[in-house]
Amino acid sequence: MNLKVLDVLKKYTMVFALVAVMIFFFFQTDGKILYSQNINNLISQNAYVFVLAAGMLLCILTGGNIDLAVGSVVCFVGGIGAVIMDRSINIWVAVAIMLVGGLLVGLWQGFWIAYVKVPPFIATLAGMYAFRGFSNVVMKGLTVGVRDETFLKVFGGGSDCYIPDLFGGGNFNITCMVVGAICVVVYLVLTLRKRAAAKSKGIEVESLTSMIVKMVVISAVLLWVFYKLATNGGKGIPTSLIWIGLVLIAYEYVTTKTTVGRYLYAVGGNEKATRLSGIDSRKVYLFAYLNMGLMAGLGGILTIARAQNAAPTFGVGYEMDAIAACFIGGASAYGGEGNIFGVIIGAVLMGVINQGMSIMGISANYQSVVKGIVVLLAIVFDVVSNKKKK
Amino acid sequence: MGKILLEMKNITKTFPGVKALDNVNLQVEEGEIHALVGENGAGKSTLMNVLSGIYPYGTYEGDIVYNGEVCAFQKITDSEKKGIVIIHQELALVPQMSIGENMFLGNERGKKGAINWNETYSEADKYLKMVGLSESSRVLIKDIGTGKQQLVEIAKALAKKAKLLILDEPTSSLNETDSRALLDLMLEFKKQGMTMIIISHKLNEVVYVADKITVIRDGSTVETLDCHTMEIDEDRIIKGMVGREITDRFPKRSGVEIGNVNMEVRNWTVFHPLYAERKVVDDVSMTVRKGEVVGIYGLMGAGRTELAMSIFGKSYGSDITGQLLIAGKEVHLKNPKEAIHAKLAYVTEDRKGNGLVLSNPIRVNTSLANMAGVSNRGVIDRDKEYQVAVEYKDKLRTKTPSVEQNVGNLSGGNQQKVLLAKWMFTDPDILILDEPTRGIDVGAKYEIYCIINDLVKAGKSVVMISSELPEVIGMSDRIYIMNEGRFVGEMKASEATQENIMACILQSGRGE
Repeated sequence: MNLKVLDVLKKYTMVFALVAVMIFFFFQTDGKILYSQNINNLISQNAYVFVLAAGMLLCILTGGNIDLAVGSVVCFVGGIGAVIMDRSINIWVAVAIMLVGGLLVGLWQGFWIAYVKVPPFIATLAGMYAFRGFSNVVMKGLTVGVRDETFLKVFGGGSDCYIPDLFGGGNFNITCMVVGAICVVVYLVLTLRKRAAAKSKGIEVESLTSMIVKMVVISAVLLWVFYKLATNGGKGIPTSLIWIGLVLIAYEYVTTKTTVGRYLYAVGGNEKATRLSGIDSRKVYLFAYLNMGLMAGLGGILTIARAQNAAPTFGVGYEMDAIAACFIGGASAYGGEGNIFGVIIGAVLMGVINQGMSIMGISANYQSVVKGIVVLLAIVFDVVSNKKKK
Repeated sequence: MGKILLEMKNITKTFPGVKALDNVNLQVEEGEIHALVGENGAGKSTLMNVLSGIYPYGTYEGDIVYNGEVCAFQKITDSEKKGIVIIHQELALVPQMSIGENMFLGNERGKKGAINWNETYSEADKYLKMVGLSESSRVLIKDIGTGKQQLVEIAKALAKKAKLLILDEPTSSLNETDSRALLDLMLEFKKQGMTMIIISHKLNEVVYVADKITVIRDGSTVETLDCHTMEIDEDRIIKGMVGREITDRFPKRSGVEIGNVNMEVRNWTVFHPLYAERKVVDDVSMTVRKGEVVGIYGLMGAGRTELAMSIFGKSYGSDITGQLLIAGKEVHLKNPKEAIHAKLAYVTEDRKGNGLVLSNPIRVNTSLANMAGVSNRGVIDRDKEYQVAVEYKDKLRTKTPSVEQNVGNLSGGNQQKVLLAKWMFTDPDILILDEPTRGIDVGAKYEIYCIINDLVKAGKSVVMISSELPEVIGMSDRIYIMNEGRFVGEMKASEATQENIMACILQSGRGE
C-alpha cells in the first residue's frame, strides 16, 4: 500500500507541485489568485504557451530535440499577417497564408534536421536569427496595427474577447456553464466506455478506486474553472480557450491514438531500432517540425490578435516558455517520454507562478529567477527519480 | 594450499524487494585464476560491485577479508588503493583521447594539476609492453580495434598497481583470435604472481584458464570446483549453473519437410559505408529452402551481420551489387519497409541498440514493425494491439507480469523473446536471426531453440548467424562458413564437426 502511494505521488508529482504552488499564492495574495478575472487572464495570457508547447512536445519526443526558432517564427508569421491585412486582403486568405507560412518554416527546418542531419539545436538557432531578421524586414522595423473586427473576434483579439452568451444570463454566463457541463459529461462517458470495452476484451484496467478518484478530480476541476469563467462579470469563455482546447485535443489524439504519434515516441526511444522496423525516421522528424511550424503559425495569429498589432519584438523568449512547459510536464530531455497532460500542467504551473508573483508585486527581474529555479527543480526531480528506479 | 588473498564471508545484499545475494562465500588464493560463473541475474556482477566498493560498506551484510584485514570500502578508489581493480564488460575508454591519456585518466602523471606528458607517455608505453601491445601510447583509442582496446583496459589496471584483477566478461566483444590472446595473457600474468577473478559466459574459456570455478545460482554459491583435483568439463559446470543435468542442449527437430528454395542470393558484394574501397561482403551466394535452418558460422568481423543487413533492405553498406531472389522472383529492396513487405525479417544481434525501444512497454515493441496490423488508417486499435502482445507473450512464454512492462526491465532472454515476437508478428517467410542467443542464459537458450524449431515446422525459413560452433552444428540443417567477407565452405550439419569447420577457415586464410 505504501509503495502504491509513493507511485501515485511520483506519477503526479507536478500536479501536486501545482496544487502546492496555488495554495502558497492563495495565502500570499489573500485569495486574489483564484479570482475569476485572474483565472481568465491565466488562460488568455498564456494561450501561446499551450499552443507552442503542444508543437514543441512532438519535437522533444523525437529525442529531446527543441526548436529555438519558435519565438522568431511567431513574430515573422504575425508580421506577415499584419502587413497583408493592412493592405485589406481577405482575412481568411491572410490566416491561410500565416498557417502555410508556419508550415513552410517547419519544412525548411525539418529538411535540414531530418535529411541533412544538422543538429536541431543549430538548425533552429540559425532559424531564430534569420526569422527575427525577416520580421524586421517585413515590418520595416515598425509596429503594424491589426484592426479587422472579424479577425480579432475569432482569434481572441484584445484583452476582452469572449464567446457571447446565447442564453442571456446577465452576470452569470449560462453558455459557459453549459459548455463546461458538456465537457465533463463527454469526458466521463468516454472514460467509462473505454473501460467497459477493455474489460469485455479481457484487457487489464486500472483499479476502480483510482479511476473514480481521477474522474472526480478532473470533473471537479473542469466544472470549477468553467464556473469561475461564468461568474467573471458574465463574460464567459475567452475565445482563446477554444483554440487551446482544439489544439490540445488534436495533439492528445495524435500522440496517443495514431501510428505517427507512436513513431515519435519510438524514434525518441531508439532511432536505430525504429529504422530497422521499416519506419522512415526522417519522415518522423520532418513531421514533428512541420507541426511545430504550424503551431508557430497559429501562435503568431493568436499573438497579433491579442495585441491588436504586430511588432518586430514580439515572441521573444516564447520558445523558452514552450520548452520549459514541456520539461516541467515530465517530457524527457532524451526523448521518448512525455504527454499532452504534462504539457497542460507545465504551462499552467508557469502561468500561475507568473501571475502569482505579479499580483504579489514582485519585480519582473525576480520573476525570471524564480521561473529558472522551477525549471531546474523539475528536471532535477525527473533525473533523480529515474535514477532511483534503476 | 596457498595463502588466501581474498575471502568474502556470508555476503548478503538486498535491493528493495529482492535479495540479490544470499550468504555468498568466495575464497580466492593468491596467484590463482578464479572463475565466477552463473546464469544471467545470478548475482555475479553484484558480488563484484560489493567487492570493489560500488556498493559501499554498510549497504550489505557480511565481511570482506583482503590480505588478512577486514575491509570497509566506501568507494571504488578505496578498493583500488588496495590493489583491487575491476575491468567492466563495457569498456570505459574515451575514443577521442590517446591510449596514454586514457590510461591515466583521473590518475594523471604530474604535479599540481599540470600534466607531465613525457612521464605519461613513457609510463604508458611501459605498461603497454607488458600486455604485449606494440602501439604507441599516443595513438587514439578510436583508431585501434576492440581487441586492443581490451588490452589497454588491462594495461590501465596494471598502471593502478593491481594485485587482484577482476575481469567481467572480458572476451564478450572479441573475436576468437583476440580472445585466445587475452586468455594467454592472463596465464602469463598468473606466472608472474597476479591473482585474477574472471566472470564469463563462455565456458570453454573458463575451462581453459581457471584454477578454480565458483558457481553462483539465484544469489547463492552452489559449489566451488577445483580444476586441478578433478576433471571439469562444460557439462559439469552447466549442471551446477542450472541445477540439473542438461541431457540435450539442442531440442530435436523431427518431421520437418524441407521444400523449395525460398530465398536465393547471387554474387552479393557490399562495400563499407565509409571506406568505399573496403569490400565487406565479397561475392557471396547462398540458398535457403522452406523449412530449413541455415547456419552461417564465422568469427566476429567476418561480415555476417553486414551480409544480413545489406540483404534486409540495404540497411548497411554502400555500392551493393548482386541478385536477391525471393520465392523465385528477383526483388530490389531499397529499405527495411520493402524488405518487410517481401516477407523478410532481420532479428538483430544488438537487441538493445538496434532491436528494442527499452523505454517502451512490451505491447509497443511487439507491434512496432507491423503497425498496419494493429491500426486502421493511421489510428491505432489499442485493444487489438494489447491482444497481439498477450498472444505472443503466451506463445513464446515471455516471463513478465504484464505486457505493459517496459522492455528495459526484462532479462536478456525475455528481451530476446520480445524481439522475436516483434518480427514474428510481421508474418515473415524468411527470418534472419543474428546471434539469437547472445548473452542469454542456458535455460532461455533452449527455449529460443524451441521457437526456431516451431518456426521451421510452420514452413518458414530460418537463417541463423552464430559464432558459437556447437550451436551452429546443433541447430542447423546446412552450414555456410564465412571468413573475411567470403563464404569459404558449405556443409551439411550432419557432416560438420568443430574441427572441419575451423579447418575451412584456416585454409581460406592461408590461400591469401
